[in-house]
Amino acid sequence: MKPLLTVRGVETYYGAIRALKGVDIDVFEGEIVTMIGSNGAGKTTLMNTVCGDPRARSGRIVFDGRDITAMPTHEIMRLSIAQSPEGRRIFPRMTVYENLLMGALLGPGDDASIKEDLATVFGLFPVLERRQGQRGGTLSGGEQQMLAIGRALMGRPKLLLLDEPSLGLAPLIVRQIFSVIRDLNRTQGLTVFLVEQNAFHALKLAHRGYVMVNGQITMSGPAAELLARDDIKAAYLEGGVHA
Amino acid sequence: MTDTLQPETSPVTRTLPRGHITADVLKDAGITFVIALLLFGSIVGLRTDTVNGVLVLIPQFGKALALATAVAVGRLLLDVFIWRRMTDGRTFASLIPSALPVLKVAGAVGVTFGLALYSIPGFRASLVAGAGSGHPALGAITDLITFACESTFLVIAAMSIVRAARLVIGQTPDEAVGQGILRRFTADFGREFPIALLLIALALPMLTAGPSQRYAIDTATQILIYVMLGWGLNIVVGLAGLLDLGYVAFYAVGAYTYALISTQFGWSFWVCLPLAGFFAALWGITLGFPVLRLRGDYLAIVTMAFGEIIRIVLLNWQSLTGGPNGINRIPKLTFFGLPFERTGDGTFASVFGLKFDPLHRMVFLYYVILALALLTNFITLRLRRLPIGRAWEALREDEIACRSVGINTVTTKLTAFAIGAMFGGFAGSFFAARQGFISPESFTFMESALVLAIVVLGGLGSQLGVVIAAVILIGSAERFRDLEDFRMLIFGLSMVLVMIWRPRGLMSGRTPSAFLNARKNISGSFVKEGRG
Repeated sequence: MKPLLTVRGVETYYGAIRALKGVDIDVFEGEIVTMIGSNGAGKTTLMNTVCGDPRARSGRIVFDGRDITAMPTHEIMRLSIAQSPEGRRIFPRMTVYENLLMGALLGPGDDASIKEDLATVFGLFPVLERRQGQRGGTLSGGEQQMLAIGRALMGRPKLLLLDEPSLGLAPLIVRQIFSVIRDLNRTQGLTVFLVEQNAFHALKLAHRGYVMVNGQITMSGPAAELLARDDIKAAYLEGGVHA
Repeated sequence: MTDTLQPETSPVTRTLPRGHITADVLKDAGITFVIALLLFGSIVGLRTDTVNGVLVLIPQFGKALALATAVAVGRLLLDVFIWRRMTDGRTFASLIPSALPVLKVAGAVGVTFGLALYSIPGFRASLVAGAGSGHPALGAITDLITFACESTFLVIAAMSIVRAARLVIGQTPDEAVGQGILRRFTADFGREFPIALLLIALALPMLTAGPSQRYAIDTATQILIYVMLGWGLNIVVGLAGLLDLGYVAFYAVGAYTYALISTQFGWSFWVCLPLAGFFAALWGITLGFPVLRLRGDYLAIVTMAFGEIIRIVLLNWQSLTGGPNGINRIPKLTFFGLPFERTGDGTFASVFGLKFDPLHRMVFLYYVILALALLTNFITLRLRRLPIGRAWEALREDEIACRSVGINTVTTKLTAFAIGAMFGGFAGSFFAARQGFISPESFTFMESALVLAIVVLGGLGSQLGVVIAAVILIGSAERFRDLEDFRMLIFGLSMVLVMIWRPRGLMSGRTPSAFLNARKNISGSFVKEGRG
């Protein structure tokens, strides 16, 4: 397998605070990789560092054979990385359709492919088609998350970065969204890097997983193995299975 | 329809005796009229005045009668619509179910006819004779009523023309035609109203006549300058969401560009206009660079400072700008090379075989600023549908999300500043050409605040809102000029009231810039975002 995203020794600072203390991860083509960890571990920081904001102070980030460590954010995104950021961050006053069009800025951009991608997104999330003339901000939380993922998919990404898609959503919606991600990975071979607090669901979905504690990777391995470990269960699953 | 479906309420209303229910209300109004007449008769009806040192009594019973009638009608309306003083809690309308449509049509015709009559200066003069000669406030109020009546009549007339034209070419309003004459008339308001406004704007010089014509055209030109500034600032504040409190700086740059180039090199307005826009845009980018990282309040403070810097530089750079004395004898606008002069060959009047009239120049200026403003609007509306315009709006919504969809926020912000500034520069050079004299005094912070007030009052991002707000703010400031400083008080008060009633501005709805299937307007009530 070819590595799509390689992160080596990345350190990121917020002022004097070292948020990432030398992180190494690999995401191979066609994989779903998850990063779990508690609040403030640095998961979102890592994802944002990959996107170039904040910038890594040391280390290297390579995407698809190109060094993107010092690239401006919008150029990184144009290399076909799509991000569904934390807190969804859809455009609240724009309609669902306009939101999706914004995502298409990263794609080929011609009318035919936009139409095709719209059909794909509406196929994955039929509720978005029903709501396409509605303002993004008036959608429910689950619908907004679907819109955020749909917007990311409109750019035909090679790598989909998902930051806490389960945040604040009902278990049923989380399951629905995760099954869409699984389908995308299986049918289209989409590579996904997923940052999650919901460790159980994330490890169930992913092929491989990383555990981050205080800005460092403490464990990694196949997701099933991580899920079976007692220390993981104790720390992130609290012994019980989360619905 | 009525023979199959009987309205539930009709049997009840039909069986009730009519008349005695309204009698109470009418009696009440009658008593009010008598009391008001007694009071007004002595206070207003008998006015004492000194004429040539002699005290004389001026009877004004007509005025007293009018005031008493107004009070009685007001009381009647309150009774019927607000207090609903019907014997068993029913409304006035339910008493006359069969006559209602007739009444509505009659009302609409009556109102239109009344407005038309009132718009005839002679008729109005006889109606409000003497009112304007009293306290300036009274004069201003009658002026305002006049203005409101005239503009309502104009809008109704223009909208009727638009509707008639649409019916002739076979277009019918596509929104559901409601019941009632008013609702049917306004069924396609969002589309027809702007066209009606445009018709009025185009026909304005023909609509006015007599001594007030110059004043009307001058005021309209003034309003259009602010409409243009408002539209320019709307790109920066309304679309891109960058709060700019120093917009007047670009207006000043445009004005001084034209003033300096035309006085120093003698270039014509039409050559200087693009240059003024170019220089203003350059300054827009210059301002844009240092404020790229700033948002909200911080951005507002820095842009405000920028506006002041430009003004103070203009004030102190004596050798170039003339300092506080400003620049004098700026060449006036010519009709594509033909000057509007009283004497001489090759003037506008002589070439077209007309008698010289200063009005020619004013009407030409009016159409120039109208064309410039419409150009601004046209370009803005086009840009909104292009990726750059959508990027501006996305920037206003969420900067981080913008980056995650690959928008270059730096160029997006800079183009917003530059294009907004360019239109400010156009307006500025027009201003200089119209005034013939400019000084830093015209470019104070108050101007920035006024333009921003127009944009905010109209509704951020709404092109139509800017027009309405500019007409209200600039128009009323002109109308209330007699009240001197009090008008600023009224100005502030009305702003506060509007912001309480319509916190998102007069036109708070946002028309999506792209549609998949049917075009659909989103009402202002959905503007507030709900998260989660």
